[in-house]
Amino acid sequence: MNYLYAAYVATWVIHGTYLAILVRKYSKIRREIESLRK
Amino acid sequence: MKRGFSILAIVTALLLSFALYEALIAAPTERTMGDVQRIFYYHVPSAWTAFLLFLINFVASVVFLIRRDTKADILALVTAEVGVVFCTVVLVTGPIWARPVWGIWWTWDLRLTLTLVLWLIYVSYLVLRRFSTSSQTPVLASVLAIFGALDVPLVYFSIWFFRTQHPSPVIGGGGSLDPRMAHVLLINWAAFLCLAWLVCWTRFRLEVLEREVEEAQALESLLEGSR
Repeated sequence: MNYLYAAYVATWVIHGTYLAILVRKYSKIRREIESLRK
Repeated sequence: MKRGFSILAIVTALLLSFALYEALIAAPTERTMGDVQRIFYYHVPSAWTAFLLFLINFVASVVFLIRRDTKADILALVTAEVGVVFCTVVLVTGPIWARPVWGIWWTWDLRLTLTLVLWLIYVSYLVLRRFSTSSQTPVLASVLAIFGALDVPLVYFSIWFFRTQHPSPVIGGGGSLDPRMAHVLLINWAAFLCLAWLVCWTRFRLEVLEREVEEAQALESLLEGSR
């Protein structure tokens, strides 16, 4: 049963990490857009 | 556009929750492997999704090489990136399933090795795109993607034509899957496809924005230089 949960948790950790990278990238772009507007 | 994205996000969240319930609770327990077999509901759909994304990457790369279309180039980049994420899930969940079933985490079996090679090819593709500053990078990356895509049918058909340790195909190829299990498998695949579509959409918009910002910054520095 532990292996089952480990696999499911690992899957969501991988997807979650990638989504977090995208969110960070998006905030960086937003900051750059703001600085271009000034 | 924004409304469509929100609808897709809601559908994806609902489908993923339902698919998780089906995989962990509703699906029947396999007789020999027990509950650990349920890893298959994440492992197999992730592999199919990765294959589909690499196939789209291949088509987009060919279109880019023929037409030099920027949107095709962005689509190729995005599908490779999201495909690598799904392929990573395959390479992580596979050994977690193998340990209790085979007694080992990894073996240099044909399918496992080819899947690792596939992952390495697309990681190299992303590294090339990230660190090469040449104007020819999209062209080189497209050529690499076309060669990389050749590995996809090799991975898929390796268990059809060669004797490997990996289980035989679950759909087609003589595999016999309980209809209730097949139903749960397809629900999970639909959920992962929606997730992949949502993430690709987000990443595509982000890449377009990134390129626009880069162009604007280049223009700004050019204007400042001419003053």
